[in-house]
Amino acid sequence: MKNNSRLEKFYLGFMLAMMYLPIIVVIIYSFNSSRISSVWEGFSLKWYRELLRDKSMFDAAKNSIVLAVSSSILAAIIGTLAAVGMPNVNFRGKGVMEYISTLPIMIPEIILGMVFLTYFALIGLPFGMLTLVIAHTSFCIPYIYMLVKARLVGIDKSLAEAARDLGASEIRVFFDITLPLILPAILSGMLLSFAMSLDDVVISIFVTGVNTNTLPIKIYTQLKTGVTPKINALSTLMLGATLLIYLLSSWLGKQGYHKEN
Amino acid sequence: MIKKFFKCVRSLNLNCVSLLAILPLFAFTVMFVIGPLIYMLVLSFLQRGEVWGVVNRFTFKNYIDILEPVYLKTFIESFKLALTTTTIIVLVGYPFGYFMAKLDAKWKKRMMLLIFVPFWTSSLIRLYGWIIIFRANGLLDRVLMALNITDAPLKLLYTYPAVVVGMVYVLLPFMILAVYSSAEKLDWSLVEAARDLGANSLQAFMTITLKLTLPGLLSGVVLTFIPSMGLFFIADILGGNKVVLVGNLIQEQLMKAHNWPFAAALSVILMILTSLMIYIYRRISNVRELEGLI
Repeated sequence: MKNNSRLEKFYLGFMLAMMYLPIIVVIIYSFNSSRISSVWEGFSLKWYRELLRDKSMFDAAKNSIVLAVSSSILAAIIGTLAAVGMPNVNFRGKGVMEYISTLPIMIPEIILGMVFLTYFALIGLPFGMLTLVIAHTSFCIPYIYMLVKARLVGIDKSLAEAARDLGASEIRVFFDITLPLILPAILSGMLLSFAMSLDDVVISIFVTGVNTNTLPIKIYTQLKTGVTPKINALSTLMLGATLLIYLLSSWLGKQGYHKEN
Repeated sequence: MIKKFFKCVRSLNLNCVSLLAILPLFAFTVMFVIGPLIYMLVLSFLQRGEVWGVVNRFTFKNYIDILEPVYLKTFIESFKLALTTTTIIVLVGYPFGYFMAKLDAKWKKRMMLLIFVPFWTSSLIRLYGWIIIFRANGLLDRVLMALNITDAPLKLLYTYPAVVVGMVYVLLPFMILAVYSSAEKLDWSLVEAARDLGANSLQAFMTITLKLTLPGLLSGVVLTFIPSMGLFFIADILGGNKVVLVGNLIQEQLMKAHNWPFAAALSVILMILTSLMIYIYRRISNVRELEGLI
């Protein structure tokens, strides 16, 4: 009953192949020497060379990384503190507040982009890196909060109690007991945030300034106007980077799992 | 009050420290989640300025404007596309998640890895792959013509089907993961029991498996239906200007027409539709968190 038939296995394999098809196409064509992407004219690294010469691409890459790093760190601090503190406090509307703080990943991205654009204009924040970081932090916090919260449930409470009985202050308990135990969850949450931030185009388009481009914005505008195979090369490099982040995060997850057992 | 607060902080007992710990999230949420959402609501009742900006005068005009046939049509079109997309995703993704849950532990892990890699890579890059495939005289046209299936390029790029493929492609992993996470918990002995009691495999599936995986399926529907109303860049990239969704309309009103109050009204309506769906989902499935979200 529980075994997969051959047909089922074929289906799984076929669908996986379909999922990878566009990715593989992009990678293969990044090595194509022809300018027209539908014709194959032989292997070449010329688009990579051109990419490396493009200064605006470097700026966009730098912006993307600065943005992803700062918003995932900020979200990690805010999200972790809240997840650790929340079980110990009780106030009216706690559930509502928890719900509202996860809204940024529940509502359609376009609405989030729209409300940030109009709100930042209202309070007079200059559009650019600052507004990007705030917007990205808002949708990174829920990931960290939920992952850390889930991890806290699995932690033996008597450890913290023992430390308290031995006279440790709450700050000490946090840094010596709780933090090491939830660190894997924080790190994998940060990597998830990092990847989400690096990938975001919808919200970024709305809240960025005239001179602050990120890589996804750059790719988006190129896809809308005219594509050069440079985009293939850039995409391939970004694919490699995300794959690396992913492997790192699943390795971290495994580390946490082994420690527990 | 303030004195009491500082005394509490200095005493460093559990309650006070915890209160301090949730303060940043509280402040951030009030300033950058609740604030913007309230402003959206307020903005949707204001008038647009002559050329630029907003005039602080109360009006229902923005909501009345949505009822104009052009805009109403956009809502209906979006809804249709979201429905088409979600239906295809259910038909394709449910079996995938279900079959995946039947694999042995080693293969389950491998499949998870294999699904997560495309899920994690930029959706723009993956859509770009489809552009190369769909483009006139692109990969698909060439393969089809070489196999003598068609004799002229199909020119699929910038058509409705291309947008549907793009939507299904980007949102499918959400359904797979949602269905998988509930099928994984399924007690297979129940299915066996049903079979032993004389149910054929279809009956066993309908009465046991489908019923028990329904929460996953429903959360997959929510997770795919909601974004598909707003993913304007897919319609933009793969549909050219031919497919206009609520998302495109909002973006256009914000960035090109500079009619912010109208964009706000559109967003409010979209937000209400979204919340309604999540509410109905919660009533049906009795769970608080969307399964497979993380």
